[in-house]
Amino acid sequence: MEILVCARRVPDTSENEIEINNAGNDIERDELVYSVNEADNYAVEEALQIRDQIGGNVTVVTIGEEDSEDILRRQLAMGANLAVLISDDAFTDSDGRGIATALAGFVERGHYDLILTGVEAEDGAAQVGGMLAAVLDYPFASLVNSIEVLDGKLRVSREIESGNREINEIDLPCVLSIQTGINEPRYVGMRGIRQVASVPIPILRASDVGVDQGAVGKAAAKVKRVDYFVPAAGKGAEILHRSRKENADKVLELLAARGGLK
Amino acid sequence: MARIFAYIVHRSGVVDDSADELITTAMKIDRAVSPIAIVTGWGPDLDAVCESLRSSYCEIWKVGQEALAYPNAELVRQALAKTLPPKSILLVPHNHFGIDLSPGLSIQLNAAFVSDVVGIEGVDGESLRLVRQEFGGQVSAHVVCDISSGAVISVRPGAFKPEPSDSISGVVVDQSSAVGSLAARRRYVETIVAETGAVDITKHNVLVSIGRGIQEKENIALAEELAEELGAAVSCSRPVVDAKWLEKCRQVGSSGRTVKPKVYLALGISGAFQHLAGIKGNPFLIAINKNAKAPIFQVADVGIVDDILEFLPVLTEKVRELRAVAAK
Repeated sequence: MEILVCARRVPDTSENEIEINNAGNDIERDELVYSVNEADNYAVEEALQIRDQIGGNVTVVTIGEEDSEDILRRQLAMGANLAVLISDDAFTDSDGRGIATALAGFVERGHYDLILTGVEAEDGAAQVGGMLAAVLDYPFASLVNSIEVLDGKLRVSREIESGNREINEIDLPCVLSIQTGINEPRYVGMRGIRQVASVPIPILRASDVGVDQGAVGKAAAKVKRVDYFVPAAGKGAEILHRSRKENADKVLELLAARGGLK
Repeated sequence: MARIFAYIVHRSGVVDDSADELITTAMKIDRAVSPIAIVTGWGPDLDAVCESLRSSYCEIWKVGQEALAYPNAELVRQALAKTLPPKSILLVPHNHFGIDLSPGLSIQLNAAFVSDVVGIEGVDGESLRLVRQEFGGQVSAHVVCDISSGAVISVRPGAFKPEPSDSISGVVVDQSSAVGSLAARRRYVETIVAETGAVDITKHNVLVSIGRGIQEKENIALAEELAEELGAAVSCSRPVVDAKWLEKCRQVGSSGRTVKPKVYLALGISGAFQHLAGIKGNPFLIAINKNAKAPIFQVADVGIVDDILEFLPVLTEKVRELRAVAAK
């Protein structure tokens, strides 16, 4: 099976406190730790497991600036057969539709049976997978937390409310957005990344993926972010500022008052 | 101004809470326009849903077909693409169904798409100004959306409170004939209901709930020791289950359990809205997190900015001391 995974390099929210810059038009990016988007990493692992089970190839593609090469190298170290970077100033300030259009251009240059994305990235929009499927006119399923390969189709489970799982059959080719927790992504150390240091990563421009520059970027975007802000704090928590021991005493007192002690 | 439609989620003939919330959302876009409910389904359940919507919506578009009996987003998307007038604004709840349906629908309608909206600031000409959150709720963003060719907007459940309104007597318009045949390239098979598991966290008054801040599986013992002393249960947020450190039945949130404890200790939990959606009944919420920007501090009653791995042993020891004194 030929599998394509769309991955993205993002600030790691579990490692960073996100601050807004002085102009309010972006977050402070100078000190941020970047990594592959968490859900995308699960998607790559899932693709590798399917390939190892039934054969084929896993290609990882990302749209971004040239520093996105580090996450692609990481996916190569995990075992991806090929990694491709699509990078062009024309994509700057694209909305989800612009990104999906560019990815669709890439997909149509090759032949893929299965396309995976992570369910969402740091903007929480959860949009590119579903849009890509629609641009390609492929069937789509979101929030996928298990995949079983059948003949010409897949049996997939979707995460729905209350921990329940919705089972679907879906025809190939299709696009799936992968939920975190679907598998246990393999660990990649520095040694693994060094081993793929010389593997070439092709860089494609907008014209290479057949994308009209007018269909992507800021001019084409129907949705634009104006600024970042911190909402006026509501009631908010009463923050305890004392020593650790005094804070613990206070928590104990509160627990006792609220029936939290047996 | 474009017509505004609200997609109605329902199950077993009962309308979801989001139906009333979407009225509030629509009114924030345009006070002068009454939103139209659009409902897909089949049979007596669909009829019951349309009937119950008549008291809150002036107009209800009913889209019935046997293939739509189960809300398979792949089929619903086709049905809506054939039914909605050009340039419509469609509101959809941002839940597992909305995530499945909406992005692709916006492409099919050639409409703008804005996801997981928490606020509406108004319309200026053909530009709609909205509020979203990014980075797990650590920052908010103003977004403008060109609605000249319509828009699909997914709305965070709970972000818009239903407003009391006079009871009305809406009309049901049957639009089923517009749909025609639907291509079923994805077929619903069955729903597998989650197992309750060995510990039922919904039955506990006190929850010691851990998140990513617990860092390693071995550290869960710290939470278990505190829970043991408090007679509480250990619950968790999504990353702990993703890492396979605790079972799915321990997860609090929209894709896990809904709990109603008296006291909720959120330890190393950032406070993503999907997690908060599982905490009901307004418990006394104590949050401990080393990230002062964590959204959990917006909703907690009391907060401590500290590393839970350092704080937990101290707290557990204090509880032990207190219990030892009480036992004498």
